[in-house]
Amino acid sequence: MDQILIQTLHGLVNGMVLAMVASGLTLIFGIMDIVNFAHGDLLMLGAFVGASIVGVTGNYWLALVVAALVIAILGALLQATTLRPLIGRDPLTTILATFGVSLVIQKYALWQWGPSVRQISEPVRGNFTLFHLQYPWYRIATAILAGLIIAGLWLFLKYGKYGIWIRATTQDRVMAQAMGIPVPLVYTAVFAIGSAMAAASGVLFGPFAGVTQTMGFDFTLRAFIVVVVGGMGNLGGSILASIFVSLLESYAAIVVSPAQAVIVSFVVLVLTMLFRPTGLFVPTPK
Amino acid sequence: MSATTAAPPRAPAGGYWIGLAVVVGLLIVAPLVLPPFWQRFGTEILIWGLLAMSSDILIGYTGMVSFGHSAFFGLGMYGAAAALLTVKPPSLWLGLLYGLVAAGAAAVFVAYFATRLRDIYFAISTLVFSQIFYVIIFTWTEVTGGENGLTFSQPRLSLLGLWSDRFTPTTFHWFVLIVVLVSYLLVRRVTQSPFGMVLQSIRENEPRTRAIGYPVERYKIVAVMLSGLFAGLAGALYALQNKFAAPDFVFFVVSGEVVIFNVMGGMGTLVGPFAGAAFFLLLREGLSRFLTEYYLIPLGIIFIVMIIFLPQGLLGFLRRRLNS
Repeated sequence: MDQILIQTLHGLVNGMVLAMVASGLTLIFGIMDIVNFAHGDLLMLGAFVGASIVGVTGNYWLALVVAALVIAILGALLQATTLRPLIGRDPLTTILATFGVSLVIQKYALWQWGPSVRQISEPVRGNFTLFHLQYPWYRIATAILAGLIIAGLWLFLKYGKYGIWIRATTQDRVMAQAMGIPVPLVYTAVFAIGSAMAAASGVLFGPFAGVTQTMGFDFTLRAFIVVVVGGMGNLGGSILASIFVSLLESYAAIVVSPAQAVIVSFVVLVLTMLFRPTGLFVPTPK
Repeated sequence: MSATTAAPPRAPAGGYWIGLAVVVGLLIVAPLVLPPFWQRFGTEILIWGLLAMSSDILIGYTGMVSFGHSAFFGLGMYGAAAALLTVKPPSLWLGLLYGLVAAGAAAVFVAYFATRLRDIYFAISTLVFSQIFYVIIFTWTEVTGGENGLTFSQPRLSLLGLWSDRFTPTTFHWFVLIVVLVSYLLVRRVTQSPFGMVLQSIRENEPRTRAIGYPVERYKIVAVMLSGLFAGLAGALYALQNKFAAPDFVFFVVSGEVVIFNVMGGMGTLVGPFAGAAFFLLLREGLSRFLTEYYLIPLGIIFIVMIIFLPQGLLGFLRRRLNS
C-alpha cells in the first residue's frame, strides 16, 4: 500500500517533467513536421549548463533561466543552419539531420564536462511525511513548476500575439505567409522555444538523478513514446500521455526492476500505434 | 526515401561486371599484401557493409527508414554464440544458421507490427523494438551474460566433413568476402526482380501501388524480413570474427551508424552502403588517432553537411548504372 502511494507520487512527478520535455517536442513536430532526434541531447546540454552555473553562482533559479536562454539561442542557430535548408525535403531527412546533431552534442558534452555524473543540489530542501513515508518537497515543487511552465506555454499559444502567429502557421503555412506572418522566423522561434523547454526540464530533472552525457537518448525515446501515444502534435494529449506512461512505469517498477519497467511504455506505444494511431488522448477523428 | 530516379534504363551493363570483378579482385588480394591491422579492418568493412546493405533494402528501395537494425545484427551475434556454446563440437555453419534463425524470428516479430506504420512512425517503432530487445538481452543475465555478453572460441572452417582447418585472418577474410559477395548478388537479383520493382513502386507512390492491387503490407513484411536476415548474417559473421556477443551491439548506436553508412554511401545502390561503411570507418580511424573518442564531433558535422549538400551520397551518381 505504502509502495503504491509512493510510486503514484513518483509517477506523477516524473510524468510532469516528461510532459514538459514532450511538449517542446510536440510543438516542434506539430508546426514544422520535424522529429527532433536531438531533443534529449538539448535537454542534457541544458542540464550541464545549469549545473555549471549552479556550481559557479550557487543560484539554482538563475541557472534555470540562463540555461533555458542559452539553449534557446543554440536551438535557433541549429534550426537556421541545419534544418532550414531541409525545408521542403522528405521529413525523414530531418530525422537524419537531427540525429547527426545529437551525436555532435553528445560528444561535445563528453569533451566539455567528462563522463562523470554531475549533481545539482536541490534548491528546496526538506521532506514531508505522508502517512509514515518521507517524500522530498523538491519533487513536488518540480511537478508544480513544470505544470506552471506548460500552462504558461499554453496561455502564450492561446492568447499571445506571437502564439497566434505560431498557431496560424500550424494550421496553414501558405495562408499565414500571405497574411504577412514571417513563417521562417516563426520556425526558428518555435525551435528555440522547444529547445528552451528541453533545457529547463533538464535543469529541473537534474537534482533527481544527476546529469550525465548519456541521459539524452533516454529522454528522446520517452518523449517520442508519449508524443505518439498522446497524438502527434497535440499538446494536451502528450501531457496526459506523459502522466499515464510514467504512472504505468512506476507501478511496473514495484514488480520488476526499473530497467525492465521501461518495456511497459514500449508496449503501450506499440499497442497505441496498432489500434489507435491518432493517439490515445484525442477525440476520435471523424 | 522518395527521392528521384525513374525506372532505370535497360542499358547493357558490361562496365558494371568489369567494375565488380576489379573490386572483388582487389579484395581477394588485399589480405595478402596488407599489414595485419588493415587486413582485419578490411574484413570489418565488409561485415559492416553487409549490415548497411541489408538496411538499404528498406531505406533505399522501399522507402522505409529503419532505426532498429541493431536488433537484427545483435540477435545474429547472440544466435551464433548460442550455437557455438551449446552444440558440440562447435560448427561454423550451425553458428551462421542459428544467427539467421534468431535474426529472422526477430524480423518476423518486428515486421508484423512495424510495417503497419509509415514514415516517421515506422522509424520510431523499429527504434523502440530494438530497445526492447536491448533491455531483454541486457537484463536477462542468466542466458545472455548481461552486460558482459558471451565469449566463445572460433570454430574451424569445415566443408561437408571433407576438409577442416583453423581460420587464419586471411582465410577468414576470404570466407567473409564469399558470403558478402553471394549476399550482394542475391539482394541485387531480388531488387531487380518483379518483387523488387514492387518495393520501389511503394517507395515512389504507396497509395498508387495499393490501388493497382498489390498487397503493400505483405510486400513490406517480406522486405523487413529479408533485410533482417541479411543483418543477422552480418551479426553472425561479426561474432565469428571477434569471438564474442555483447549487448553494446544491440544498442541503438549501431542502428544509427547503419543509417549513416547508407546516407554517406548513397541509398538505393546496394554498393553505396559498403562505400559509406568504408568512408565512415576510415574517417573514424583517422580522426580517432588524434581526437580519441571525440571523432564523432567532426564526423557528425560531415554527416550533416552531406545530408544538406550531397543527399545522394558518395555513389549516388552511379545509381542508375548500378541498378541496371
